Order: sequence, then structure tokens, then C-alpha cells
Amino acid sequence: MTAPDAAGLRRRTRELLAAHPPASTGRTDFLKARFDAGLAWVHYPVGLGGLDAPRSLQPVVDAELAAADAPDNDPRRIGIGLGMAAPTILGFGTDEQKQRFLRPLWVGEEVWCQLFSEPGAGSDLAALGTRAVRDGEDWVVDGQKVWTSSAHLARWAILIARTDPDVPKHRGISYFICDMTDPGVEVRPLRQITGEAEFNEVFLTGVRIPDSRRLGPVGEGWKVAQTTLMNERVSIGGSRIPREGGMIGPVARTWRERPELRTHDLHQRLLNLWVEAEVARLTGERLRQQLVAGQPGPEGSGMKLAFARLNQEISGLEVELLGDEGLLYSDWTMRRPELVDFTGRDAGYRYLRSKGNSIEGGTSEVLLNIVAERVLGLPSEPRNDKDVAWKDLSR
Amino acid sequence: MTAQTEPGRAPDLLYSEAEEDLRAAVRSLLADRADAPSVIARTESDTPYDPQLWKALATGIGAAGLLVPEELGGQGATHREAAVVLEELGRSVAPAPYLTSSVVATETLLALGAPDGPAGELLAGLAEGRKVAVLAVPFSAASSVTGSVDGALGPVADAAAADVLLVPAADGLHAVATDAPGVGIEPLVALDLTRPLATVTLDGVSGTRLADAETSRRAVDRGLLAGAGLLASEQLGLAEWCLTETVRHTRERHQFNRPIGSFQALKHRMAQLWLEVVSARAAARNAADALATGSPDTPLAVAVAQAYCSKVAVHAAEECVQLHGGIGMTWEHPAHLYLKRAKADATAYGTAGRHRETVAALMELPAP
Repeated sequence: MTAPDAAGLRRRTRELLAAHPPASTGRTDFLKARFDAGLAWVHYPVGLGGLDAPRSLQPVVDAELAAADAPDNDPRRIGIGLGMAAPTILGFGTDEQKQRFLRPLWVGEEVWCQLFSEPGAGSDLAALGTRAVRDGEDWVVDGQKVWTSSAHLARWAILIARTDPDVPKHRGISYFICDMTDPGVEVRPLRQITGEAEFNEVFLTGVRIPDSRRLGPVGEGWKVAQTTLMNERVSIGGSRIPREGGMIGPVARTWRERPELRTHDLHQRLLNLWVEAEVARLTGERLRQQLVAGQPGPEGSGMKLAFARLNQEISGLEVELLGDEGLLYSDWTMRRPELVDFTGRDAGYRYLRSKGNSIEGGTSEVLLNIVAERVLGLPSEPRNDKDVAWKDLSR
Repeated sequence: MTAQTEPGRAPDLLYSEAEEDLRAAVRSLLADRADAPSVIARTESDTPYDPQLWKALATGIGAAGLLVPEELGGQGATHREAAVVLEELGRSVAPAPYLTSSVVATETLLALGAPDGPAGELLAGLAEGRKVAVLAVPFSAASSVTGSVDGALGPVADAAAADVLLVPAADGLHAVATDAPGVGIEPLVALDLTRPLATVTLDGVSGTRLADAETSRRAVDRGLLAGAGLLASEQLGLAEWCLTETVRHTRERHQFNRPIGSFQALKHRMAQLWLEVVSARAAARNAADALATGSPDTPLAVAVAQAYCSKVAVHAAEECVQLHGGIGMTWEHPAHLYLKRAKADATAYGTAGRHRETVAALMELPAP
């Protein structure tokens, strides 16, 4: 079968809508039918929710479905599964794994989380110490993970663990799918700077993972993890952002609606940030156009850096703009939110939450190194950990 | 109308194949005729412009007539193509009256909307590279200033290279030949060695009035808007050269037994600059596309591009000087040409602060 073009996708989407009218079909049933029709992610293979079509044609399907008011799979709630687990399973999973995991993942019946970072291995992720020891057909896992969003909601996790401490750190890692309901998995809320517990610590004690839930060869988990992380960073750039669509929006509205708050200093800073936010939006739009034209540029690595700094500066300005009101905070009660929400709640929350934007998903410092070395071709820093067995590294 | 409403059409922020071909032609010409040592040598001579370079660029490549419709003797291209030429001119800081004559003066004449009269004749001369015209307003002007056909004004960019001055006076726009009686052009010592400035004195000169006052004012505004919008592309090209050369230098230069480009303190600065350059590209392309398509978003697109790209070009040139170390302070190394051009460009056609005021007005974000 040849991959369908835009017209073919439009026709298939209309057939789906005719066979399963959204008004009279349950949400999950509709999503399952959409997956089975190959209209979930059109660039995925036939039988796995796709039609081997160009990724750039997905908007054709999305537009038809939005026009028909069809239910969506709430990508924000299942973002880690969609953005990280799915491409990794597709790239490295066995046929059984793909058949078992992709459909419930996409439909949203099963939420995923990511067990990568550890207290001792954040930016230096390959230094991780969680051990997986072979025992018959199983691996026995012991260790601690941190910064795990959605762990309290997740059915499955992608997990990297050390399977060989006697080789250099990048080579002794393997990649697994961990069942979060298994004995020995303990999820504890990690309360943050904002007062809420959006993230978790995950303690793994004697967790048995069957070898059939390994992704990729033993000892090559680092390579598999690169796929996951690359997909995390390119997830930006899917749709057009309207002007004032980001954090600058609420600040600009406050400025227009409340003249009594205006000062000259804040005006200059607001205009500077407004211009920068508009330019960042245009840069994202240019990146999107490059992707659609099939010429992906390296700009994606930069966008996260730009948005992190902008979010922090804009939300900082917003607290000051609000004056007395900026001295208050909505609520310090510990909550367990289902979604990561950068823009929700009040200015104080946005200010505090945005501090994480330059840490999560790669710190700005590490991303600047990546840009310098991979985009600009600057020489790497001298390294002293390349040829040393993991067990001999100082910790 | 405010610019607050999102324009319906998405701007095309990429480069077409034809634009890349044009870029390659201009780049190769500039590599042949405007390498750094010859640009430095020329800035110290009596003739900063290389007439043969201008002839090759203006007529050989046809760059001078890009904005002029074919029926008026031009290439019938758009601001998108002119922007690509300016990126390359920024990259080489070659002295050429392209921005002033082929963009600002040309756009002003086009906006008069009188192709059959003397304006059309002059346009054809500009498009074919036979003549150079400049708008006789201070280079820092961001919007129409009304002068007079008597008195002194300046600093006017590229006046020394011009055959014709377009003089905005109270009764309309006048075309005055630079060799007409009563016209004086006094070269000034300029910060930017690669874009000469002059004081223009007019003493009872007679020129040709091209349009009435109202038409002229709108046309001059349009010329300056196009100038500011496409200046962003020159600034982009300039910043790109500075980044590329700095990366090259820091990869080769060794200190402390390492290439200095391997030090994180330097890498982060260059990575940050790269991010600014790719952002400047989006802003500059957006302005060029808005001008080319006549988008209602044009004034905002131009103001955003100028408010952003000025800063990036100056930052890139300053980083270039600093990260080159001692050699960056020498006359032999071209870094200073870029710094001087970048700093002068930051004032040309309105400072970043001026353009931010425009953003404030268009987006209804008023001062206290």
C-alpha cells in the first residue's frame, strides 16, 4: 500500500467520522477506532495507529477532526507517553511490545512516566546508579529516581538502569519498561518551590522486570535513551502560536486594563520583553515551517533556552507590575496536579514554576554546551570519565 | 486599525530556491571584489565606493532593480529578494549605496505612484544602475521629516555617491541633481567607515517637484519603513559573519594548551549569540515578507525586527571583538569594521527605543 496524500487522509478521516459519529460514540471508543483507522499518528506504521504517511500531513487529519468536534486524547495528560515512550518503543521495541503498548498509550488508557533522573545523576544522566541485576528470566532493580512527573498516575514507566558497573558509564546501561504496579515500586510526592507536588520520587526495591520488557540490547540503553531525549526536545513546534500566546499575554492584558499600575521602568522592560516574546514566536514559526518543508533546522535546541529565559523574565516582571497584589500568593496547600501547568494560577505561581524551565528537560547550561558543540562545532571540554569503569568514578 | 489582530496569512519565513541562487551570486561577487583588506584600503582612500563592484552588483546581477516592476525597467522581484542582497552586504560590510538608493529612494519613488512622470524616469535610471539617488534626510530618521530646499541637513548616508537627491520640502518631494548649482555635499568623518555620511547644503537650488506634499509625505514614510525593515537583514548578515568568524577563531586559537573555543565560558557566549542570530533571522524574514506582501502587519513587523536586530548586530560585533582578544582591537582585522557598522546601524532609520515606542502604540501598551 502506498502512503496516502492529503486528499486520501481527508477522505479516510471523513469515513472514520461517518462510521463513528463523535456525538453518539464514547470518547475511548472513538479514540480506539481512530487508532485502528491509522489516523492517530499518520507517520506511524500501518497497524500501529498510522499509515506510513509524511508526518507533515497530520494537521490535515487534526483539522478535520477538530471541525467535527471529535474527542482528542488529551495530549497534555499523556505527554510523556506520546513524546518519549512511544517513539522509543517504535524505534527499539519488539513487535510484541509495539502491539501491547502503543494503542493504550495513544488512547490514553495507560499513562506513562519516565524513570531517568536520579539524585546523583541529573545533567550527568549517564552517571546513574540504579542497578538491574539479571536473575533467570528477570532483572532485579534497586535504586532511586527523582523528578518523575505523573508517576502517581502512571501505569508504565520507561526506565534506565545500570546492568554493568565494570565498563565506562555510557556502556553499562540498559533500557526497560517498568510496571508501576509491581511490588517494590514506591512513589512519594516531591513537594516543590510552588508548594504543590507535581513531581515524585520513585524508590525501586527488588523490583522484578521480565527480560521481555527490555528495550534494545543489554548495555545499549544509553543509545536508546538518546532517542527518547531527542524526541523530548523536538516535541516543540507542532502548531502555530498566536501573538501574545505565551506568558507575555496575561502581562500585556494587565497593562492595558490597569493603567494605575504603569511606571516608566516597567514600560521599558515590558516593551523589551514583548518584542523578545514576539521574536521567539516567529522563531518557533520559522522552525515549524522548516519541519513542514522537510528541512528541520537545529533551531529546536535553542527554543527551549529562549522560552525558559523569557518565561522567567516575564513572570518576574509580572509580580512587580502587580504591586501589592504581587505580594500575595493564591494558596500554599500541597496539591497533586494532574497536569503540568506553566501558565495557570497567579503571577507568583508563574514566577516560581518558571524557575524550573531552565532545569527540567536539560538545564540551560547543558543545552548551551550542546548548541556550542553540535551546532557550532566548537571543541568539547576535556573529559576524564570516558575510559574509566563506572564503579571507579568518584561520586 | 491596530496591529493587535492576528494577520490571517502566515508569513513565509523560509528562503526560496531563487533567493538562495541570488544569495550565491551576490556572495561570490562580494568575495571577489570586497574582501576585508580591500574594504579597509578603500575606506582610507578618497573613493570609498568601488564603482566596478557597484556596476556588477547593480547591473550585472540586477540587484538595483529588484523592487522595481519590469514595466518600469526593473526586475519585478520583491523585498524578500532585496533582503537577501542586504544579508550578503551586511556579511561583507562592503561600501555600496544599496540600502539608501535601491531600497529607500527606490521605494519612495515607487510609492509616489506616478510612473509616467519624472519619478518614473528616475526609477528606471536607479533600477538599471545608471543612477544613484538618496533621500536627503538624516540617516537616523525613522519617519518623514520635512526639510526645505534651502539650508543644511545631515548626516545623509551615501550622499557622496549620489547623482540625485530626493529632498522632502514643505510643498512636496523634489528631485535635485547633485551637480546642480547651489548643491553642496560636505563629507563628514563618520563612525562607520563603510557607509560614508555627508552634510548636504542647498542654496536656492531648483529641482523637479515630484508630487504634492501629502503624497510625498506618505511616500517618504513608506521609503523609510522599507529601509528600516530591510536594514534588519543587513544586521542579520553582519551578525552572522561575526558569529562565524568568532567560532572559527576560537576553534583555532590555542591558550592553556587547549583551543579557547573549548572553554565553557566562551562556548556559552557563542551559543547564546547563535540563538540571537536565528531569532534575528525570523524577525528579519518576517519584516521582509510583510513588506513584500503588503501585509497590514508591516509596521509592527518592521518595528519588531528593528527593535530586535539592532541589538543582536551590536552584541555580535562586540562579542567578536572581545573573543578575538588583542587581534580584535587591531586595524588590520576587519572586526572593527563590523562593530562600527553595527553601532551606526543601531541608530539608522530609528533606534531600537524609537521602534519599541512604535510597538507600544500599535499594540496599545501605552507609557504611564
